Amino acid sequence: MRKILVCGATSAIARETARLFARDGDRLFLVGRNAEKLHAIARDLEVRGARQSVCFVADLNDFDRHETIIRNAMESLDGLDTVLVAHGTLSDQEACEKEYRIAEQELRTNFLSVVSLITPIANIFEKQGYGTIAVISSVAGERGRQSNYVYGTAKGAVSLFLQGLRNRLHTKGVHVLTVKPGFVDTPMTEHLPKNILFVQPEDIAKGIYMAITKKKDTVYLPGYWRLIMALIKKIPEANFKRLRL
Amino acid sequence: MGRLHHQSWGRYPRAEQSVRFVDWIPDPLPVNINDTSLLPYGLGRSYGDSCLNDRGTLLDVSRLDRFISFDAENGILRCEAGVSLADILELTVPKGWFLPVTPGTKFVTVGGAIANDIHGKNHHRAGTFGNHTLRFELVRSSGQRIPCSPMENPEWFNATVGGIGLTGLITWAEIRLKRIRTASLDVETIRFDNLAEFFSLSAESDRNFEYTVAWVDCFSRGDSSGRGLFMRANHADVGPAVSSSGPAHSGRASRLNIPFDAPDFLLSDFLMKVFNGLYFRRQREKRSRKILSFDPFFYPLDALGRWNRLYGKPGFFQYQCVVPNGDHRQAAYHILKTVAHSSPGVYLAVLKIFGDTQSPGMLSFPRPGLTFALDIPNRGQTSFALMERLDAIVREAHGAVYPAKDARMSGESFDAFFPGWRDFERYVDPEFSSSFWRRVTGNHLVTK
Repeated sequence: MRKILVCGATSAIARETARLFARDGDRLFLVGRNAEKLHAIARDLEVRGARQSVCFVADLNDFDRHETIIRNAMESLDGLDTVLVAHGTLSDQEACEKEYRIAEQELRTNFLSVVSLITPIANIFEKQGYGTIAVISSVAGERGRQSNYVYGTAKGAVSLFLQGLRNRLHTKGVHVLTVKPGFVDTPMTEHLPKNILFVQPEDIAKGIYMAITKKKDTVYLPGYWRLIMALIKKIPEANFKRLRL
Repeated sequence: MGRLHHQSWGRYPRAEQSVRFVDWIPDPLPVNINDTSLLPYGLGRSYGDSCLNDRGTLLDVSRLDRFISFDAENGILRCEAGVSLADILELTVPKGWFLPVTPGTKFVTVGGAIANDIHGKNHHRAGTFGNHTLRFELVRSSGQRIPCSPMENPEWFNATVGGIGLTGLITWAEIRLKRIRTASLDVETIRFDNLAEFFSLSAESDRNFEYTVAWVDCFSRGDSSGRGLFMRANHADVGPAVSSSGPAHSGRASRLNIPFDAPDFLLSDFLMKVFNGLYFRRQREKRSRKILSFDPFFYPLDALGRWNRLYGKPGFFQYQCVVPNGDHRQAAYHILKTVAHSSPGVYLAVLKIFGDTQSPGMLSFPRPGLTFALDIPNRGQTSFALMERLDAIVREAHGAVYPAKDARMSGESFDAFFPGWRDFERYVDPEFSSSFWRRVTGNHLVTK
């Protein structure tokens, strides 16, 4: 039975992943900004089999509260062995280009908040000698593109940070998982026109669940994104800069 | 954002509409979007245009998919309106509870099951879904939230059960489930050679069997006219334990998917005639008996994702009518004769006797009598003409055609089938409408 901290629990991907753990009878500590939404999700998870689902209302952009969140999670669940970091915003690229403050805010939400959360958790897991840290990054972090490079920068930084962390902790029994989803049909992407590459959050959730249980390092979801990104990364910069991507 | 995949199951007619998702119960309805009307949309399993709102807005409830509570002692389930029957079965079958009423697919939402007041093979025993709905919340475009039950705001309860989504948005509902001891059914299949035999089998079986339904070969004429297979079943007392049932498959993830529209030749009248004949002969002996898991018994077509594509690009119709007790035998012969000589043929026909359990719904379709469900490919004018002829028979017999499956009945027919619609109209939300509703009431509105 797992003891799981879910950050950004009202996000579609987190909710679907939490359902899979609920079915196993796991214990969950859910963090999000909206109390009503958190309670709706917590009740759903309990009906689906979660032994316990605790709500904790917090804005993850308030870094000062991160220690409190972690402490509360460990007290409520009587320990902690899994963390799923799923919060984030899909940046408005144009706004970020016009105004540094907005770009900075996006980097705080999508990158620095992860560092702030994971740093103490990594130390706790290192000390206890076990634990899984799973963070949702993105294929957008693989190569900078004009359409969303601020978001891409944050996600790329997350992936790099996790890579280093994995390198540091793998001898300590701590599992670090980088999740790189492609296009997912969620409220976050509702304003985007949908194409054939869009998949449902429950499909992503299955991939995350499998990757956590099988202790994978990095997963692309769906798997074909590994190939797509490999090809995209192969394009020489001299040509790439001319593309409208 | 227009989304092509927000269509109806028969894929006729096609509609252009914008789509808004309802993500959370407390969310206010998005009223006055581009000045268009609203219509709730679940999984799009209505066959015709009752789930479409051409040039309007759909409120997609598929994200309202959370359970709220489940009392496993008494079988009382409360959930959001976008939860599918497949989700419910996955949760409750291992705990020994089954849906009180289920249609031929589990990929419908609870909200849709209430709004269409669906029925199943146990109608003669259990009535409709509305008979087992304990309460729900109805959200009106005014922002008003109306708690509805047979005791609380019963007029809103009765208007919304079978109200085809027009009275407002159902956000959550509470239903009473049914105890089962195993996940299997004890199924008996009996061959019959004509309608008279079907009627006596029904009369004999409806007393002792929870589920009864018949398949009829509509291509057969003359002596073999009205031949078919009668299926009757009860939940099995012995068999695999409830917990051994496999996981429910979602519509997207079903094992086998029809990847594209079938070419025309696959669904020719000739091939379907051969298929129907073979299906009849597959059962060699007069009677057979077997234990079936609930999935293949209730949802044989769910194993085949998007099977509606088999009817090709033009789509198809399902014509479901009921003829009330009294003239029903004569009407049944008349209907069978009409379809046996028709082109296009009727590819699949299902018969069942409805019981006399009264549904609370003002606009509910089932009534005591005989119901026919006929699958008819869309061959343009000839298909429409066939269904017009059937409408005339049903009107004469004082029956009705099922709105959830209709794409073409005239306003006059609707008026004859559902004279109560004028009372019902008072409960229609001023901001809500559907392609179906405009079609069947449009004429009347002009002459008002």
